[in-house]
Amino acid sequence: MIYDVIIIGGGVIGCCIARTLSKYDLKIALLEKEADISMGTTKANSGVVHAGYAADRQYIKRHLSIHGNKLYTQAYRELNFPFQRIGSFVVAVEDSQIKDLEDERKKGIQDGVPNLELIFDKKRIKHMEPSLTDDVVAVLHAPTAGLVSPYELTFALAENAAMNGVKFFRSHEVVKIKHTDYTFSVRTLRDEFKCRNLINAAGLYAANISKMLGLDYFDIMPRKGEYILFDRNAMHLNKILFPIPTVVSKGILVCPTLHGNTFVGPNAQNITDTEDTSTTEAGLKEILEGAKKLVPNLPLRASIRNFAGLRAVPNTHDFIIDNTDVYGFINVAGILSPGLTSCFAIAEKVEEFLELLGVVMKVKEDYNPIRPRPERFKDLSKKELDKKIQEDASWGKIICRCEVIPEKEILDAIHAPVGARTVDGVKFRCRPGMGRCAGGFCRPRVIEILSRELNLSYEEVTKKGEDTNYLICHTKDLLLNEINKGEEAE
Amino acid sequence: MKTFEADVVIIGGGSAGMAAAIEVKNAGLDALIIERDYELGGILLQCIHVGFGLHEFGEELTGPQYAQKFINQVNELEIPYLLDTMVIEFTPDKTVYAVNNKEGLIKVESKAIILAMGCRERTRGAINIPGFRPAGIFTAGQAQRFVNMEGYLPGKSLVILGSGDIGMIMARRLTWEGCEVKAVIEINPYVSGLIRNQVQCLEDFNIPLILGYTVTKIHGKEKIRGVTISKVDTNFDRIVGSDRFIECDALLLSVGLIPENELTLKAGAKLSSNNGPIVDNNLESTIEGVFACGNVLQVHDLVDMVTAEAKRAGEFAIEYINQRYGKEIKREKQIKCVPGENVGYIKPDLVNVLDLSKEIMFTLRVKYPDRRIQIQFRDKENNQLVYKRNKVYVIPSEMVEIKLNLKENQIDPGCQHLIIDVVPRPEVLIEEE
Ligand SMILES: Cc1cc2nc3c(=O)[nH]c(=O)nc-3n(C[C@H](O)[C@H](O)[C@H](O)COP(=O)(O)OP(=O)(O)OC[C@H]3O[C@@H](n4cnc5c(N)ncnc54)[C@H](O)[C@@H]3O)c2cc1C
Ligand SMILES: Cc1cc2nc3c(=O)[nH]c(=O)nc-3n(C[C@H](O)[C@H](O)[C@H](O)COP(=O)(O)OP(=O)(O)OC[C@H]3O[C@@H](n4cnc5c(N)ncnc54)[C@H](O)[C@@H]3O)c2cc1C
Repeated sequence: MIYDVIIIGGGVIGCCIARTLSKYDLKIALLEKEADISMGTTKANSGVVHAGYAADRQYIKRHLSIHGNKLYTQAYRELNFPFQRIGSFVVAVEDSQIKDLEDERKKGIQDGVPNLELIFDKKRIKHMEPSLTDDVVAVLHAPTAGLVSPYELTFALAENAAMNGVKFFRSHEVVKIKHTDYTFSVRTLRDEFKCRNLINAAGLYAANISKMLGLDYFDIMPRKGEYILFDRNAMHLNKILFPIPTVVSKGILVCPTLHGNTFVGPNAQNITDTEDTSTTEAGLKEILEGAKKLVPNLPLRASIRNFAGLRAVPNTHDFIIDNTDVYGFINVAGILSPGLTSCFAIAEKVEEFLELLGVVMKVKEDYNPIRPRPERFKDLSKKELDKKIQEDASWGKIICRCEVIPEKEILDAIHAPVGARTVDGVKFRCRPGMGRCAGGFCRPRVIEILSRELNLSYEEVTKKGEDTNYLICHTKDLLLNEINKGEEAE
Repeated sequence: MKTFEADVVIIGGGSAGMAAAIEVKNAGLDALIIERDYELGGILLQCIHVGFGLHEFGEELTGPQYAQKFINQVNELEIPYLLDTMVIEFTPDKTVYAVNNKEGLIKVESKAIILAMGCRERTRGAINIPGFRPAGIFTAGQAQRFVNMEGYLPGKSLVILGSGDIGMIMARRLTWEGCEVKAVIEINPYVSGLIRNQVQCLEDFNIPLILGYTVTKIHGKEKIRGVTISKVDTNFDRIVGSDRFIECDALLLSVGLIPENELTLKAGAKLSSNNGPIVDNNLESTIEGVFACGNVLQVHDLVDMVTAEAKRAGEFAIEYINQRYGKEIKREKQIKCVPGENVGYIKPDLVNVLDLSKEIMFTLRVKYPDRRIQIQFRDKENNQLVYKRNKVYVIPSEMVEIKLNLKENQIDPGCQHLIIDVVPRPEVLIEEE
């Protein structure tokens, strides 16, 4: 079997490309090294759909993000992922910063960012965002900026791609690629795949993949960003709050999430280890201090989690989206921020490249762009809920009490196309364990459900794939081993 | 939608819920217990160690044995209960909504509600340990459930952060299972659980207890490989140069319990600083006819205290139904109890002036241990000492109970606030205790 297209990497970029191409009559596969998709950079970032004015004009990331932002409107209608345009503020706290904001506004408007507005009226600013510091002198308001749940978007993309025929292979790390006779042989740790066209969307590892084909014209460095998350209801923000940006990042923001939490972060720290998603004491201090400049009264006691994400920073500082010298090999690398914002625009670019490569792009007759909205207990009225439980009893069995999630939602997450196979997979799809008790109550039950539905023993159920099992053995096994050892010795 | 009626709905079927229901039923009123687990008993069911019921039954029982005594009474009295049923909402007019997978959505109309939902464990995020987020981190109660109820071990060599009771009990439990408990790490200079557990669970098994240290880093990306612990100063900041690495394949967190009050908040009741509902001396919350007892009100050390409190909540609910239900009786003037020096919280938060002639049970927890102290109740308005009692020592792990009749103590009619302080005893020549 020779695929028309193989995509390496199941982050938001790989999955968005997969879904975009799934409308054509092509044989497509996606290879992901982790036990689940969306577990790389896509899992831990700010989840902001930027208005798009922030990057310099010389970079394609500016233009792709402005366009990408607009493409969210239709995608949201089709894919039903959590998304809301709540608008963002860039906050000036000194008069000297106002000029920067004015420049941003002008250039943004020229480049097609809608409705950018500079607001000086402090009363109006505080009315729009009461939590903001009293030091504010002006804000740049971008009403088209929004929030998205990056992993829920990615699961939606993958589900819809799979509905339209894309094959997903998880736990398939690509280790070697050969290119002969216009065919790529892609070797993973478990199997070999063949394809005509190969797309590299491997995030932090994109340079390694590119080098497998001898293309070493760029490098990727990890840059860490740490976050602290606050409990739902700990505070309420109306807007995404940015400080005045610096050269390396858009600064430490204070931001609501679509699930009612608030987070602060990220900082920006260049590191060398692409696996180092650990948080640090100094980093957590830094982001709290940064965040306090925007919102002085942070609900510090209500912090429920900290985490870190790694930006894939290319030495060119811009997205690398190339039809390379190896015919049929497309690099989609260095997709740092605002990559999430740009994903639909990036996928359009890949479409164009494939057309240039002569791939026949014929839209399938049975292409279905709609991924139905996952049904959520929380969205149902009491009457609807009652009806649902009568139809299917698993709606009435609550597994996660913090987030109020019934067994049905977990079963749906497991049995969806490209469904969950790990505890984290369940957690990121339908949220048990995301709440303030961090899974204290529901984890044993989620393990039980995974074990039952996927026919695994308890010890085989993992947090996120190989080597991350929760339980090591039955009680008494350790003691029995000791005794057996003793007997053998005698 | 299935509809039920009851005089009193009890949310939660742990020891608090059962004791309250029995009280209500014995007074001839209809009680209904709603419990989200598949059996009655609550947290007791996973506490298979002995040490329960010395006060209530005069014998040392395991948690499940203790629970069974109450379950038997509930059955004998034919008190109805719904299992596998989770309350999702209650309203100030005492309508309770719940779901289960047999009846679907359930609506119960009642005259009074008793909250007995228990507590949950605090977790790592709340204390923000930097590092990775690997597999192998459990709360102590979660580990207890896995080991005692599901029959699985979370690891072979473990570190326990926090010297709460559950953590210490699990240290012993896992040692019995052939696991190695490397250390119990406590950030405070003193143990946060009961002394009894320190002796019986740690010292008797030579498990190192490291005080004044905390976990400052978690190692291992996939599965936990170890932790860095560091000494802390009085502000709990890490002392540079004191780091120590301990290898382990699981970390248990026993860093405290916190009352679980999502439902209470959603209904519009107010909470106090301990995250329990604000109650008056009738254990009545800020919503009329809604009472609270057990760990949902305040985290208790001993189940017997829970049982006693729950019985009182039952009595108050009965009194409410017999005397105030359906009548337009405004709640009278109330005195606020304010935690002062070295007092973490105090219950009740409010005292009805009308009830001053009654005996009132006050419970409080101190913030830090102290010796030779005096507990003082002070009228804030006229700065008079209303009541004082000496105690040899106080520690945060032991709840202080004070039964008190304030009328006898001649409270001024103008009093609006009582400030409660735990302070060093004023120097006296002759000990008056
Ligand atoms: C701190 C931070 C904040 C950010 N904030 C925002 C924001 O607010 N708005 C915004 O628009 N963008 C933001 N971004 C950027 C955004 O997160 C990224 O652009 C986007 O997630 C990149 O997606 P990706 O699919 O390229 O990468 P990834 O999600 O990392 O996906 C790459 C995938 O490839 C897989 N892979 C790697 N090697 C192999 C191999 N050999 N074989 C098979 N599979 C492999 C990986 O496991 C991974 O799943 C932020 C980024 C960070 C780090
Ligand atoms: C691990 C541990 C060890 C202990 N060891 C000892 C000891 O050695 N000796 C001693 O005397 N005491 C001990 N205690 C203390 C004592 O046992 C407990 O404080 C007491 O059992 C708590 O009773 P409760 O009814 O308040 O809470 P719980 O037993 O927690 O009961 C609350 C119940 O409410 C239910 N519930 C919650 N929310 C809902 C909802 N929305 N709908 C329906 N039902 C709901 C829960 O499922 C639960 O069954 C220990 C406690 C713990 C946690």
